[in-house]
Amino acid sequence: MSDPPISRGFRRRGATDARSDRLPPGQHLVGDFPVLSAGPTPRVDLARWNFALAFDNKLLAQWTWNEFEALPQTDVTVDIHCVTSWSKFDTAWRGVAIDTLFNAAGIGEPPAPFAMIHCDGGYTTNVPIADLVGGKAMVATRYQGRPLAPEHGGPARLLAPHLYFWKSAKWARRLEFIAHDAPGFWESLGYHIYGDPWKEQRYAGD
Amino acid sequence: MPATEPVAQPGPLRWRTVEVIEAIAETPRVKSLVLRAPEWPGHRAGQHVDVRLTGEDGYQAQRSYSLASAPEAAHLAITVERVDDGEVSPYLAEEVRPGDRFELRGPIGGYFVWTVGMGGPLFLIAGGSGIAPLMAMVRHRAVTRSSAPARLIYSSRTADDIIYRGELERLAASESGLEVTHTLTRSRPPGWRGETRRIDRAMLTSAGFPPSLRPRAFVCGPTGLVETAARALLEIGHAPNLIKTERFGPTGR
Repeated sequence: MSDPPISRGFRRRGATDARSDRLPPGQHLVGDFPVLSAGPTPRVDLARWNFALAFDNKLLAQWTWNEFEALPQTDVTVDIHCVTSWSKFDTAWRGVAIDTLFNAAGIGEPPAPFAMIHCDGGYTTNVPIADLVGGKAMVATRYQGRPLAPEHGGPARLLAPHLYFWKSAKWARRLEFIAHDAPGFWESLGYHIYGDPWKEQRYAGD
Repeated sequence: MPATEPVAQPGPLRWRTVEVIEAIAETPRVKSLVLRAPEWPGHRAGQHVDVRLTGEDGYQAQRSYSLASAPEAAHLAITVERVDDGEVSPYLAEEVRPGDRFELRGPIGGYFVWTVGMGGPLFLIAGGSGIAPLMAMVRHRAVTRSSAPARLIYSSRTADDIIYRGELERLAASESGLEVTHTLTRSRPPGWRGETRRIDRAMLTSAGFPPSLRPRAFVCGPTGLVETAARALLEIGHAPNLIKTERFGPTGR
């Protein structure tokens, strides 16, 4: 591998924060919250919304919006990292931890080691169960103290901030346990199957 | 959104060094860079690349840019809008000269794409520099002499901000089946005959295709425009799975 060509006069312009050890390789810090999604923002009727856990074509548990809101809520403040290279620090979320959902469903031992998250609009993403439990992930319904805006995934999105943000699927509706890891939407289109920002796993083969 | 074709990746996307052949001033804020990319594996219209710059002190930064060139073109082209407080875009839009080299990898993304084989009608809706990936589709369609009907609705702030204006005019005048509707949101020059408001439901109806023709809609631009246009397309009756979106935020470019 030869050295990369030098762009004369090109230099860092970002804030000193950007030097922080909180910024994964290849990322840059932003102040706003860019929106990226592949299709139209789904229009969701909360009266018909529910969130489900499923395995092997069987429903394990399901919550209406009101039931979901009645579950114990968790607050987190985390850094998020988008594969398109922006990162945002200190984002505050509230929602239901995946641990809480599993407890509420009476799931002690997960029936399978992987999950496919299914969303309104047809989006899917795959995540190992180990990356969802132990306080690592939630289904978030509030952002910075307010109901999550539709373009940011409202009413509810997955939040698994230690992975690239496409894994934090917008408009999440169903967590399906799967026995074998399988690619979701972007993972079928050349993006990395796991997506660890600290290992810069952006695309297949990274 | 389903009905995607998984794309076999030939292997890791490696960084490759590309050379700038030409820097074309499109508007006061926008430049296109024509790039020589040896052994380029090919791309489809709508895909993007990651660009990586390395400073003299070793500092590196990478950003995503849509390819504006047709897959059939001899060279790659990206179109860069200068973001005033940006890090990479001011350098690419102002400092880069022919002969300069930097790194690039791709192509990336296999959803926001159109190939002639997918057929039409092709319904393109762009705001600002969001025209770039749609231009790859327009060029691909022209170069392959596709007969798929195509309509582009393109929103710019002022007439001076219209990117690829001459080329779009030539293509629209060539009776190739491409119709272009411009709309200006800030000011209009004397004698302007295009639209003069933000893209809305009425414009998407009058200048677009009806849902009955099942056009493939591609929407690219700032988030506000994309949200508005995609929602209006749904209201008009277009099928969600035929509407594909890509957003160019104020950051990251």
